[in-house]
Amino acid sequence: MASLAAGAASGSKTELNPPRLDQAFVTGSVAGPSGRIPQVSSTLTWCDRWGSLKARWGVGRMLHYAVDPGLYALGSPDDGSPVLVTANYKMSCDCLRESLPGRDAWLLVLDTEGINVWCAAGKGTFGTEELVLRITASGLKEIVKHRDLILPQLGAPGVSAHLVKKQSGFKVHYGPILARDAAAYLDAGLRATEEMRRKTFPVQERAVLIPIELVATLKPAVIIIPILLLISGLGGERGFLPNMAQDGISSVLAFLCAILSGAVLTPLLLPYLPGRAFTTKGIAVGVPIAIALIYAWGGDLHSWRGVLFGGAWLLLITAFSAYLAMNFTGASTYTSLSGVRWEMRWALPLEIGAGLSGFAALLVSRFL
Amino acid sequence: MKNMTYLKDVVTLRLDSDKCSRCGMCLEVCPHGVLAVDEKRVRFRNRDACMECGACSRNCPAGAISVEAGVGCAAAVINGMLNRQSDSCCCFVDPQGPAAGRAGGTCCS
Repeated sequence: MASLAAGAASGSKTELNPPRLDQAFVTGSVAGPSGRIPQVSSTLTWCDRWGSLKARWGVGRMLHYAVDPGLYALGSPDDGSPVLVTANYKMSCDCLRESLPGRDAWLLVLDTEGINVWCAAGKGTFGTEELVLRITASGLKEIVKHRDLILPQLGAPGVSAHLVKKQSGFKVHYGPILARDAAAYLDAGLRATEEMRRKTFPVQERAVLIPIELVATLKPAVIIIPILLLISGLGGERGFLPNMAQDGISSVLAFLCAILSGAVLTPLLLPYLPGRAFTTKGIAVGVPIAIALIYAWGGDLHSWRGVLFGGAWLLLITAFSAYLAMNFTGASTYTSLSGVRWEMRWALPLEIGAGLSGFAALLVSRFL
Repeated sequence: MKNMTYLKDVVTLRLDSDKCSRCGMCLEVCPHGVLAVDEKRVRFRNRDACMECGACSRNCPAGAISVEAGVGCAAAVINGMLNRQSDSCCCFVDPQGPAAGRAGGTCCS
């Protein structure tokens, strides 16, 4: 054990100090065998909630939203209290403690670099090595008499329960997927129901992901919107600025509709959309939206210019919507890497092809 | 998870059921009910529901399950193609400035 800890400490993981007592959410401390252990409450403050909101929107580089790794006391735990393991993404910790009101437990927080349990398990930072290291660093063996750890089920992609047992003596129990089921799991004598073990993707969960999907489109949008305005100024009978004011606004509106389609409507309507590939779902929303928009424009399909302009946006909205929908695979809870690779092999050329032809049609329409 | 099954017949999940010791660990960790264990050994219940997270194979003490684990995320595949520093989902380090922080945590909440 000692050699393992020393070996890892000399590598990248040097943060083996106990968690600081002066973090904003720490309410007090309890005595431990080697110093004070920070104490936390199951009640979240407005500060915690405000932080979560900012993280959801990716505000002000709040993307690294972490607490110090190590052992925390929830309430007033003793040597028989359960040990629950979580990630040092602050929202993961908040979620867990909020789910255990009035309980005394130890929270062992792993250093996942501020990433949530599931993503970190996929990367391996929520993993066997880090867990064993953190058990040693926190002196857990002197703090509790039992040798049981409760991990969130979604930590399992990074942890080998049998190796943790071999290397640390602690038995890993995989608890429920959701922190809010943790109390019921504890009360049932560490037994999870079938429903607690299934990862679903209900509409509320899809909805909270929309802000970050929208924020991700901001950077491309500040490049694409000026280009659309510039193109709209070209050609035509009127001057540059009047062109831009009329056709430019239409184009920007159409672009925003594409974002609405791919980053908002597709996630919300996900299970009700046809097809299994996310690209197909994005197309299924994008095409009707494009047709509705062209219709709303007055459907000037008698001139070549009107046909090209409409056609261009039919292609562009579909391409953008399909691309954004395809990117939502990363946020979804049931797509496999093999599947995504298979989907991308046909979807990416299709999206690029439709995007470029739409763009070309838009340009040509200016000079007819 | 009605209508929430991804593509048919694409996953790399393989079983070597002769090695199975019927400990049941794979059933406990799988978030999509992909596997079942009957009187004799492990078998597929719904193979297409597998998302290749790798939890079952990592927690199988008998080594009866294999899967090429990864994150089913198109952005990560694109990052990989563009040679960004990491090809893993939502957690890649921005090549423009690694100190700027990680785009992490929000994708799978």
